[in-house]
Amino acid sequence: MTDHTKHLQQQILAACRDNSACRIEGGNSKAFIGNASNGELISTAQHSGIISYDASELVITARSGTPLSEIQQALAANNQQLAFEPPAFSEQATIGGSIACNLSGPARAYLGAARDFVLGCRLINGKGELLQFGGQVMKNVAGYDASRLMAGAYGTLGVLLEISLKVLPKPQSQITVKIPQVANDAILIINQLAAKNLPITASCYLDHHLTIRLNSSQQNTVAASQFICKQTGGRVIEDDKGFWQSIREQTHQFFDSSTPVARLSVPACSQLDLAGEQLIEWGGALRWLKTEQDIDSLRDEIKPIGGHVTAYKNFKPSAEYFQPLDSSNKLLQQRLKQAFDPAAILNPGRLYKEF
Amino acid sequence: MDILPAESILSKAEDLHPYECDGLSAYRQTPLLVVLPDSIDQVQQIMRLCHQHKVAVIARGAGTGLSGGALPLADGVLLSLAKFKQILQIDPLARTARVQPGVRNLAISDACKPHGLYYAPDPSSQIACTIGGNVAENSGGVHCLKYGLTVHNILKLEIITVDGERLTVGSEALDSPGYDLLALMTGSEGMLGIIVEVTVKLLPIPEQAKVIMASFDDVYNAGNAVANIISAGIIPAGLEMMDKLAIKAAEDFIHADYPLDAEAILLCELDGSRLEVDEQIPHTISLLRSSGASDIQLAKDEAEREKFWQGRKSAFPAVGRMAPDYYCMDGTIPRRELANILKRIADLSADYQLPVANVFHAGDGNMHPLILYDANIEGELERTEEFGAKILEACVAAGGTITGEHGVGMEKIDQMCVQFQPAELAQFHAIKHAFDPDTLLNPGKAVPTLHRCAELGAMHVHNGKLPHPDLPRF
Repeated sequence: MTDHTKHLQQQILAACRDNSACRIEGGNSKAFIGNASNGELISTAQHSGIISYDASELVITARSGTPLSEIQQALAANNQQLAFEPPAFSEQATIGGSIACNLSGPARAYLGAARDFVLGCRLINGKGELLQFGGQVMKNVAGYDASRLMAGAYGTLGVLLEISLKVLPKPQSQITVKIPQVANDAILIINQLAAKNLPITASCYLDHHLTIRLNSSQQNTVAASQFICKQTGGRVIEDDKGFWQSIREQTHQFFDSSTPVARLSVPACSQLDLAGEQLIEWGGALRWLKTEQDIDSLRDEIKPIGGHVTAYKNFKPSAEYFQPLDSSNKLLQQRLKQAFDPAAILNPGRLYKEF
Repeated sequence: MDILPAESILSKAEDLHPYECDGLSAYRQTPLLVVLPDSIDQVQQIMRLCHQHKVAVIARGAGTGLSGGALPLADGVLLSLAKFKQILQIDPLARTARVQPGVRNLAISDACKPHGLYYAPDPSSQIACTIGGNVAENSGGVHCLKYGLTVHNILKLEIITVDGERLTVGSEALDSPGYDLLALMTGSEGMLGIIVEVTVKLLPIPEQAKVIMASFDDVYNAGNAVANIISAGIIPAGLEMMDKLAIKAAEDFIHADYPLDAEAILLCELDGSRLEVDEQIPHTISLLRSSGASDIQLAKDEAEREKFWQGRKSAFPAVGRMAPDYYCMDGTIPRRELANILKRIADLSADYQLPVANVFHAGDGNMHPLILYDANIEGELERTEEFGAKILEACVAAGGTITGEHGVGMEKIDQMCVQFQPAELAQFHAIKHAFDPDTLLNPGKAVPTLHRCAELGAMHVHNGKLPHPDLPRF
């Protein structure tokens, strides 16, 4: 519950002076994401605490080292939630790390990603300057949207100090429906259903079954589940919370794998013929693939359909973790990195080995 | 070199005249010339040529912006995207539409209607404003609280960089590798690139929408009612507030059956499935009642719903009938500060002897005070601008922002010095520099120079020390 801003700023200023690399860490729960990055440890774990939370404003502001669980508890006490369902991967997970990695759970396709809920942030850039962007209000178009840019930057543009997020009410009721299907039909069905006024908040295809989550008032979820069951021949399943949590936290058996797991982000309705076991989320837009295929050839296959591949787990460390960028895009992104971190001291290489 | 046919280049004074301002007509400037390309290739060639000769380029959609973002430069080219008005593809299964930047906001929803789909952001100018301009301004509307801003409703952009390169930003997948350039481009006011194609997300048209009008004898109670509805877990599709003067203006103009004796009214729209809305209506009515509403009316049919909204949607022109001119502000505040800000505005209104009508997106804290004035009276525009600036400064002091949805443009550039510290402004300039090293894209807008802020005397002074003491000051 303390403000470590000064200490963190001094650490960055010292690193600036010495031109030495910094490795930024919150709860160390997501270190496996991104390329390896070496440097002096800058820990935000002690920079913790909820700064303000007013349920009627739908906004929470917390220091970056605040445990995700602390935030979720505070919200739950007011029947509210982080609608993007950030995966924690460990009890130590912090809100700063969750935003820096822009990680979103099963609800992403229906309620939005972490970046969609970012309203503002305070940060230290690579020059050691304290900066504040955005704010604590829903609508704010003053200046470039630098706070949203921090989501998914993996700490390479700044050390996050405080984050303001939009929160949403927790729905009263939840029902899960399971439908036997083959993959391509399942993608068609979930997208057809998503075009109707149904309270769908998650979908998952695995083992020849499409599982759909509904969240709304009790009456509305019941009516929606009956409609879907009638349309698709599915059935309502009990004790569903464990399932969705296992998908979000990747504790589901599928992820317990020694083979490489690739993360494919693709246009939702793409019909792909891929070798290897698959788990499909986000209405088809997110596909986890267990594969022995070479990452570069997989990327060559996915890129033409407008998607990209992350070497998520168990790939050779020599591979770029994230899909390489085209030359003009790469140049622009490099220049953006320089704009925030001219000496390239913040998590160098974590996002791309070159910058 | 023939990039464009002769009729697509305007250079005569009478042809340039319509382009000398956007929706903020207090600022006017005739451009050097206007170009009207109709293909991406032409835009690329124009950008290459201008880049080569270091000529500034100002992009323009429908010119409905309210902050002077499309104000021309005397020595700059005005690049109109008005000819890019094709809807290229609607994909009902993926629920996306790929459109050219000059397509009007409402035209997208109209075209998608046969599929039961629509595009959610609905700025009040949606009949006329274009999607390219919406992206450049990150436009909002009355349904933002539930459905988000432009940034939440687009997937992909095709942009032309300052040196004429074509770049895809975002994708039809839900994320893209590298930094979130889609977030950065949205709301960048034509400062980072030229938008030549937009892929938007579409939503199913709600099965049912109902609107409740609640009257209050006290503005404070109306503000509390908003907080009580949201705390109860209801997210209305629209939640709008109008004060007494705005109610009177709208009623005189539209005859929407607004209560003329109320201090404030709230319009609360609930949408979704039939069941969901039917459940929420009685709950919301009881919350309004317990919050002290003096009168509550549920629109009995679609015609009455339209009528209730008509008054709100016509509030600006309605207020416009009450005085020769009005000046529309766009601050956002945390909602709990509403009563304080309204009090501050009332005090300032008395000081400046200028009446104010308040129209307010109450759900998301975005307020539009409309200052009534007469530009023909000498000095009154200047007094109005000074009054407006004080309102925006009060919004910043209350923890809000100088612009919720209209953009900074030329209009609010000085207030940027109040909202941001020099190091933050310098960071904005560094971002701009990454995209546009020669400052050719819409130069002089959106982000003030540190020099300008210093001259205004609006720099933040901390502990008696000026930041950046090494900078020259005049």
